[in-house]
Amino acid sequence: MRKCYFDHVATNPLDSRVLDEMMPYFKEEFGNPLSMYELGSKAKEAIDNARGQVASLIGSKASEIVFTASGAEANNFALRGIALARQNEGKHLIVSRMEHHSILNAARFLEKSGFAVTYLPVDKHGFVDPDTVKKSITKDTTLISVTHASSEVGTIEPIKEIAAIAREKKIIFHTDAVATAGNIPINIKELGVDLLSMAGHQFYGPKGAGALYIREGLRIVPLIYGGIQENGRRAGTENVPAIVGMGRAAELAREEMGSRAEHVRRLRDKLINGISNVEKIHLTGHLQYRLPGHASFCVEFIEGEAMLLLLAAKGVYAASGSACSSKALKSSPVLLAMGIPSSLAQGSIVFSLGKDNSEEDTEYLLAEFPQVIKRLREISPYGKGWGIKGEGGECIVQK
Amino acid sequence: MKFVEDLKADVTSDIVYMMCPMHLLKLEENMRELDDGQILEIMTDYDGALEDIPGWCAKTGNEFLGIKETEDFYKFYIRKSGSTRPEKVRK
Repeated sequence: MRKCYFDHVATNPLDSRVLDEMMPYFKEEFGNPLSMYELGSKAKEAIDNARGQVASLIGSKASEIVFTASGAEANNFALRGIALARQNEGKHLIVSRMEHHSILNAARFLEKSGFAVTYLPVDKHGFVDPDTVKKSITKDTTLISVTHASSEVGTIEPIKEIAAIAREKKIIFHTDAVATAGNIPINIKELGVDLLSMAGHQFYGPKGAGALYIREGLRIVPLIYGGIQENGRRAGTENVPAIVGMGRAAELAREEMGSRAEHVRRLRDKLINGISNVEKIHLTGHLQYRLPGHASFCVEFIEGEAMLLLLAAKGVYAASGSACSSKALKSSPVLLAMGIPSSLAQGSIVFSLGKDNSEEDTEYLLAEFPQVIKRLREISPYGKGWGIKGEGGECIVQK
Repeated sequence: MKFVEDLKADVTSDIVYMMCPMHLLKLEENMRELDDGQILEIMTDYDGALEDIPGWCAKTGNEFLGIKETEDFYKFYIRKSGSTRPEKVRK
């Protein structure tokens, strides 16, 4: 049976060129980077090299990159570290409703610790309005965090505009770039952000390595205390093979970004055009301002989980909402924030393409997916509609 | 402890929120970059530095000029007049 992996927002396969670079650090070069003998200094050199490679991906200085174990850790570090570092200046934070749980839950934790948090609304495409950001700022606001792009609906946010507002008000601005770093061009200076989170496995690197860009001169409270690793900002013996892998993956992403994006954008447009022909199916996010390899939909009358199971049985691997939300069997907060009715949000499905997907993969999906929908609608109690209008049974989709 | 006011530093190192032993590592690193007679200012909120930094100066022959307290952290002033310890890796 054909196997088609369309879940690149969950994770990417490891590039074999990246694995080759990592292998010596699992075996003969196993030293602790803090050890004073040659084994240690070689590991340290490898980390310094990876730091430079990641910095080049986003146009920062190497010294502004702090390695973490994941994108989620980078997000927690940014939010909690800045909120705590600046709490004497104010205890109000602003985050958007499009954020990943690693931002939302960190914000909730801070709320319980005495901070006030404003959760920014979004429009039907998932865009945060910069004017709403401006209006939400109070004299106590110290930090704003808005995702660069949502992995659930692919919408790319107007980060440059929001960062400019934050800078004008002398408020620190963080963006979660886990879905974008390594996939679309990022230049820190052009974006104007103070902090930016990344994850290596989102651009064909290994899991277990993430990074936080922290603008030079910014004070931040560490998330993990202990040794002097990462210049005292993130303790713990480094995951050298994973960091080396993230560095090499960043280098490859920078070199190949243009061709990769062009390839997945072409396949994505083919998917969107083909799937949009199926009845009662709605594209989520924005048609133009979206991640190049991202096609997300809400399918009326059936559940995302059921679609995933039947597609998996045909060798097609996709997602319903974020990897985390899918497990919770509840409507995605992101889709609800976009005004999508709960009943329709249950029918969410996300196809995210990667550099190794082929034309034949998309053709296979376009042939199989309508059959899956047809079969599920035949057995769905809502197969012919949501129910009675006016009694909460209707489905209203904003056009 | 000697308190000072309005000392002009040649180099400032901000390590607020960083814990032990970053104050000693940064001190050594920054002092290596200075010329004799230049003044280093270290900003830290780590209380242990109150003992460690004057102690480091006494051991290495550098002149500890004093500290200035702010609401959230201390500023330490050191004039380079001695050696820095030979480079040593710590765990």
